[in-house]
Amino acid sequence: MGLLDLFRRTPPSAHVAKERLRIIVAQERGNRGGPDYLPLLRRELLEVIRKYVNVDPDAIQVNLEREDGHEVLELSVALPEKMRA
Amino acid sequence: MTEIIVVTSGKGGVGKTTTSASIACGLARRGKRVAVIDFDIGLRNLDLIMGCERRVVYDFVNVIQGECTLKQALIKDKRLENLFVLAASQTRDKDALSVEGVRRVLDELIADGFEYILCDSPAGIEKGAHLAMYYADRAVVVVNPEVSSVRDSDRILGLLASKTQHAEKGDGGVKEHLLLTRYSPRRVATGEMLSVTDVKEILGLDVVGVIPESTDVLSASNAGTPVILNENSDVARAYEDAVARLLGESVPLRFIEEPKKGFFARLFGG
Repeated sequence: MGLLDLFRRTPPSAHVAKERLRIIVAQERGNRGGPDYLPLLRRELLEVIRKYVNVDPDAIQVNLEREDGHEVLELSVALPEKMRA
Repeated sequence: MTEIIVVTSGKGGVGKTTTSASIACGLARRGKRVAVIDFDIGLRNLDLIMGCERRVVYDFVNVIQGECTLKQALIKDKRLENLFVLAASQTRDKDALSVEGVRRVLDELIADGFEYILCDSPAGIEKGAHLAMYYADRAVVVVNPEVSSVRDSDRILGLLASKTQHAEKGDGGVKEHLLLTRYSPRRVATGEMLSVTDVKEILGLDVVGVIPESTDVLSASNAGTPVILNENSDVARAYEDAVARLLGESVPLRFIEEPKKGFFARLFGG
């Protein structure tokens, strides 16, 4: 890096790229191999829950886990802070 | 023993065909008998990069549909004795390729004593890309150090792990390798570009090559001479190293660090 670069450089962006990729790749790998209906199921569940509680789109996790011979559909909803009070 | 290697990426324009042509040449130059097949049906391009576009008479689809023999369709490279090209068809019929048809051609190449068959995949995840990877023993996943290319290649890794013959048989799967292209050590040093280590970490693959960004790639495609044959190019050296690693040699990575600059150049960022 040169002295003049200090004045004209844009802030380094590679670490932002890496973080974004790390998250999206992990998420997509998690959905991989699962049935195609999972994303839709997740969206519809979100709509239903939102009728009653205003939750964040990221607050719903739908996972399908395979454990020796049987499958477990795991649904986890994080409710907003003030709801719990 | 024949090895089938797919060169794939998901995203277009990252250097699949450049890589297929150079790896094919590199293997042939080491005395291996090599066939390189263009799977991009409708958008034939490997012939241009290999410089044999005017010698294409019959193509991959003609062979599959029995309109000519494989021998008639294989184009012998003029520079390297053991290298043959099978051009893509320019038909618009997407169903011209079939799993059985591809199998027949591969079997015939294997029976003919080819040691390496390179399958140059089209971009995307449609039929052509699926067929290019289906019978592969190994995959060279070409990636640019850039977000969309990295994400798309991860999608391809998912397909390699599920939609290939090795995956279906459950016999260890396709061996995957990462090949980074258009790498700029200068931009990595300033934090503007993902580094080899970053991409390797995100995708969890072993690195078979890092090809530096260079104007030599365009000159090579302009001339129809695979860039690996340009003796004065760092790109050629980087591809040569990648070929050595594919053959199991242990070669340290080159061209991943910025050349050291003098005091004044550093001061003024020259």
